[in-house]
Amino acid sequence: MKPKAVKADIASKLVDKFNEFEKELNGHSKSPMHTVRKNALEELKSNGLPGPKDEEYKYTNLVKSIEKHIDLDNVSNDSSLSDSEVESFLFDNEDANIIVFINGLYAARHSKIISPVSDLVVLDFEEAFMQHPEEVIAHFGNYAAKYKDPYASVNTAFSKNGAFIKVSPGKVIEKPIMIHFISDTRQGIPVYYPRNLFIIGERSEVNIVESFHTFGDQPSLVNQVTEIVVSKEAKGSYYKLQLESDNAQRVDNTQIHQRKDSVFNTYTLTFGGAMVRNNLNIALEDPHCETHMYGLYLIKGNAHVDNHTVVDHIMPESFSNEIYKGILDDKATGVFNGKIFVRQDAQKTNAFQSNKNILLTDDAKMNSKPQLEIWADDVKCSHGCTTGQLDDEQMFYLRSRGISAESARAILLHAFAADVLETVKFEFIREHLDRIIHERLH
Amino acid sequence: MLTIKNLHAQIEDNQILRGINLEVKPGEVHAIMGPNGSGKSTLASVLAGREDYEVTDGEVIFEGKDLLDLAPEERAREGVFLAFQYPVEIPGVSSTNFLKTAVNQIREHKGLDPLDAVSFLKLIKEKMKLVEIDQSLLSRSLNEGFSGGEKKRNEIFQMAVLDPKLAILDETDSGLDIDALRIVANGVNQLKRADNAVIVVTHYQRLLDYIIPDFVHVLYQGRIVKSGDKSLALELEDKGYDWIKDEVGSLV
Repeated sequence: MKPKAVKADIASKLVDKFNEFEKELNGHSKSPMHTVRKNALEELKSNGLPGPKDEEYKYTNLVKSIEKHIDLDNVSNDSSLSDSEVESFLFDNEDANIIVFINGLYAARHSKIISPVSDLVVLDFEEAFMQHPEEVIAHFGNYAAKYKDPYASVNTAFSKNGAFIKVSPGKVIEKPIMIHFISDTRQGIPVYYPRNLFIIGERSEVNIVESFHTFGDQPSLVNQVTEIVVSKEAKGSYYKLQLESDNAQRVDNTQIHQRKDSVFNTYTLTFGGAMVRNNLNIALEDPHCETHMYGLYLIKGNAHVDNHTVVDHIMPESFSNEIYKGILDDKATGVFNGKIFVRQDAQKTNAFQSNKNILLTDDAKMNSKPQLEIWADDVKCSHGCTTGQLDDEQMFYLRSRGISAESARAILLHAFAADVLETVKFEFIREHLDRIIHERLH
Repeated sequence: MLTIKNLHAQIEDNQILRGINLEVKPGEVHAIMGPNGSGKSTLASVLAGREDYEVTDGEVIFEGKDLLDLAPEERAREGVFLAFQYPVEIPGVSSTNFLKTAVNQIREHKGLDPLDAVSFLKLIKEKMKLVEIDQSLLSRSLNEGFSGGEKKRNEIFQMAVLDPKLAILDETDSGLDIDALRIVANGVNQLKRADNAVIVVTHYQRLLDYIIPDFVHVLYQGRIVKSGDKSLALELEDKGYDWIKDEVGSLV
């Protein structure tokens, strides 16, 4: 009985919170957007949050972690970040469109969009709903509902702010769009629910880079949902740089929908956080889609990172390629669960998946599980996962040439991560990643 | 330069070296020969600092320092080089970057400034000629997909770049055809100076036609049972190792 009581506890607290949230909305609580929110709350009420017995959350007891670290009655999204503090998180020489959110709220002062508005619309989600209600409502909640994750329902119920990006058909946005989410934990424990919607128009091209940071040592809880529509013949990439502190709790749902002849790359790069759960779902809804899913997690201490991915081949002749790599130090634990669905209509599908891990200590742990469900008969699918240690013979070889054990380790781990890192198209991101990896490995 | 006294080493519970004594002076070439399983490669590995082996007795002094006290990288920085019998492939690590790191960490140990890109390239180009190694090999990942001969040549190339005081060639001749053998031996000979030394570990005499040893030692059951000049190698080539085994046997 006891675990159930715990479950009910957080879920019912969230219901109370929703009532407070609703009051703050004033006149907007009658809008169609709010109807979606209320439906999501009903789902939460009837389903609750997943406990350790739930197959999808077997290795990641998020409820327990939230219970332990986050007092939902004592949340504060106040921030005292100064301009220079915010700037310290931005990348150097960034010739980019920039959007900044502080504790979930859009920080207009730090944001700048340099691409012309005829090509690119970037707005806070709430503002996007005011300006483009039909478009937002047409997509909002539609996709997240398809792969039911209870935390996505929580996000939908509390959704208000986040990034809305719309790329006009046929436009190539050369400058990347950088979205910075900063948690300032110095005033209290922030809890917020970023809600992103990216609509990438037909034949257009765009690269979106999200990064997540923490200021201060207190815990934070961020529950994020991103919905992405990649229209016909569109191209793009979406990076997540998870650089939060080792007190940060994060649950992240990303739903991507690819249409005919589209090409999309996702990067899920995790370097921080106490508990991180990423659900990445990609639906290849038309023929001739191509998708690449790259992941790299480099974690230490007591960090726990769980990547659940789904690629759903619905129509024929699409291609998916997934490479996730992990380096786990200290007592860090990792989970990889990669599902590939190949529906009956999806003949001539090519789907590849690989998950490789290196454990640097005896205490680090990894659970890796590929899951293929194939209903079509003319397909090429392969998957593989390995978990091991650094190769002693390679270490000795490098050291026997005068290279310190520390450098040898860094060289080998860098080489291990190379097939993810080398595909990163932007030099400044690659350099940034190299720097983080260098710092982490030395 | 190198003094080995009563060296005993084991792997797990297997005693392999049972009291090696050897003195190597600057300018000398020593060949260590012996039948399979006699402990030749173990000796090479112990000198380079491979951690699988446990030294149970004896000492190794290199240039006045207790070699056995040093980590593998410290031995390399002091000037010990092991050319591996089976160089490991390291995918994703570029040969050039690896060598540059090695060169500069050794230089740092000696209190020298790191080589800049231009000087390093110059050094590489110069040494490449020595072992007739191709540029394309160096732009690949370290040893990855190299043929046996290419791996061995790469070992001698690294030796040329790192310029050690003491080079230990562990069965560098194995798996080489006669042309590759000549190239490798030629490289080693060109690197030979009055202030450095080479230990050639080999099963066969063949390599010693090209790298002429000053001393030949026969290792058997973890001990040096016979030492001589290069004629000993020829005798072994002629008569095999059985007479050595018989000689040792009759002493027991």
